[in-house]
Amino acid sequence: MFDATAPSPLPARPGVGYKPQHYSAIMANPGPVRWLEIHAENYMGDGGRPIAQLRQLAELFPISVHGVGLSIGGEGDLDADHLARLKHLVGWLNPASFSEHLAWSTHDTHFFNDLLPLPYNSATLSRVATHIDQLQEALGRQILLENPSSYLAFAGATMSETDFLRDLTTRTGCGLLLDVNNVFVSATNLQTSPQDYIADFPLHAVGEIHLGGHDVDADETGAPLLIDSHGKPVVDPVWSLLDLTLAKTGPKPVLIEWDNDVPEWPVLASEAARADAVLASQ
Amino acid sequence: MTATQASFIASVLDPQAAVPQGLQNPDGAPATKRFDVYRNNVSVSLADALETAFPVVRKLVGDAFFRAMAGVYLRQHPPKTPLMMFYGDAMPAFLGRFTPARSLPYLSDIAAVELAMRHAYHAADVPPMDAETLATLAPDALLQTRLRFAPATQVIPSDYPIYSIYRANTVADAPKPVMQPETVLITRPDLDPMIDPINTATARCITALLKGQTLGQAMTGVGDDLDMGGTLGLLLRQSAVTAIY
Amino acid sequence: MSKATKTLVLASAVATALAGLSTTASAAGEVKCFGISLAGQNDCAAGPGTTCAGTSSVDYQGNAWTLVPAGTCETMELPTMADGTPRTGALEALDRDLPA
Repeated sequence: MFDATAPSPLPARPGVGYKPQHYSAIMANPGPVRWLEIHAENYMGDGGRPIAQLRQLAELFPISVHGVGLSIGGEGDLDADHLARLKHLVGWLNPASFSEHLAWSTHDTHFFNDLLPLPYNSATLSRVATHIDQLQEALGRQILLENPSSYLAFAGATMSETDFLRDLTTRTGCGLLLDVNNVFVSATNLQTSPQDYIADFPLHAVGEIHLGGHDVDADETGAPLLIDSHGKPVVDPVWSLLDLTLAKTGPKPVLIEWDNDVPEWPVLASEAARADAVLASQ
Repeated sequence: MTATQASFIASVLDPQAAVPQGLQNPDGAPATKRFDVYRNNVSVSLADALETAFPVVRKLVGDAFFRAMAGVYLRQHPPKTPLMMFYGDAMPAFLGRFTPARSLPYLSDIAAVELAMRHAYHAADVPPMDAETLATLAPDALLQTRLRFAPATQVIPSDYPIYSIYRANTVADAPKPVMQPETVLITRPDLDPMIDPINTATARCITALLKGQTLGQAMTGVGDDLDMGGTLGLLLRQSAVTAIY
Repeated sequence: MSKATKTLVLASAVATALAGLSTTASAAGEVKCFGISLAGQNDCAAGPGTTCAGTSSVDYQGNAWTLVPAGTCETMELPTMADGTPRTGALEALDRDLPA
């Protein structure tokens, strides 16, 4: 059994999502960045530059492995081949942390490259808990599970997301990755309160926090529809939510995610510096 | 009633399909544009992946054509694994039978080159053999020797000038292609894939060696114009040979 | 080719190959990345990476399109048609859409 309250070995300082175009800049001067997060699936080739770079980076920085493709919420069984790939990567790299998403992306052996939504009810809970058990068993370690960005609601939902995540931590001993931008995006889209979400969240299980930028759109009624695009700076209301969260949890590892329209290194480093300032002010 | 993942995916891939039941706006009305977010995410992320994967094919056909073609491809061939770096394996075959691209019969082979470069980039690291090892063998033993190749090593034959077309679309001021069959050797001497043009005799010889034939067998019947010294030199220079056996 | 001849040819080929290696070693790194990526970018040929982000660009239309290739292929005068006449880049418009 894994312990949901065990602290993450990542430092409670800023990290960034690693992009190969930043390799030289990071090696020259990482600035406020103390750890790096990589997407597991980008390091599942047999060799070559990606693996060579990762080996070098791992000598200098704690690494968080963030899976984007296991489809933990899938109706079907976990992909055994992919589970084996994750086990191999985590085995040789021995990262400080491993995280995945509360979402699904694979159906009938096809992978759709997006984090698709789940109805929160007892059937989904049992299935996701079983998959997390299988993953933690395969990796021989606790994982962190990330809250998703929601764009719509399910008529078939019977639980809140925060209750659903709390039950998962109790059942499986998994920890949680709290994406504060996702909290803001989901609350805006579903017209709920992000502060209430943080208040209801099982914060004792949080091992890592994500921040990222989003795009602003509207649905057909004109209601705001935020898209979790990771292509812009973090907005002020999300920084405020980070403040609110850290005031309750104490310092945590905070990651800046920037996946689309990736900027030059100084822009990313300045976002990390802002996160560092928030951490220092706690 | 909760939408099954099968019905969710069917509607995501077909913009004309109805949104599955049970997906709602915050006010309880059936979701429309909110469901389109997932349609966008899936098709845009996969089409973006194909753009990254096939930059030369994209240059050849132009952005608008490529994007539309990608929309067809991703619905016929959604990824089979979450390893996006290998997405597009079926592209050469797809382009070979894609009617709107029939005026560009070389497109399929160019896609095969781009795929091979990508596989070479991610191929396993195997240290090259010390070339001097060959010098230690007696002439008779040489004939019976087989080569083991780095996994990045691939030969891609074509009826079209694939090397020239690839160069013309990736290197500034490369010469204009002329119509002739060309074959390329793809290797990865260090961390960067390399592409070299090879003639038919060399291509046949290397293909035979890749299949495990001896040096003696591989230099037989492949063409009078085989430059065996040049062929071995190229393989050694590009670190394609990892051992002899 | 007799076995004796083959032995000679191969021995001389190995000698040529090894001699060539020492003189051309510095040229081996001549062209890297072939300009696909920006100069200095060190992930050329990597191919697509993963994402865990969404997008707000709208691009999910189906197969209703009528397009002809309109990239660098137009200027390459390549290749000849099946009947041997050279293609000059004037691509004929397609007379039908894709099969659904």
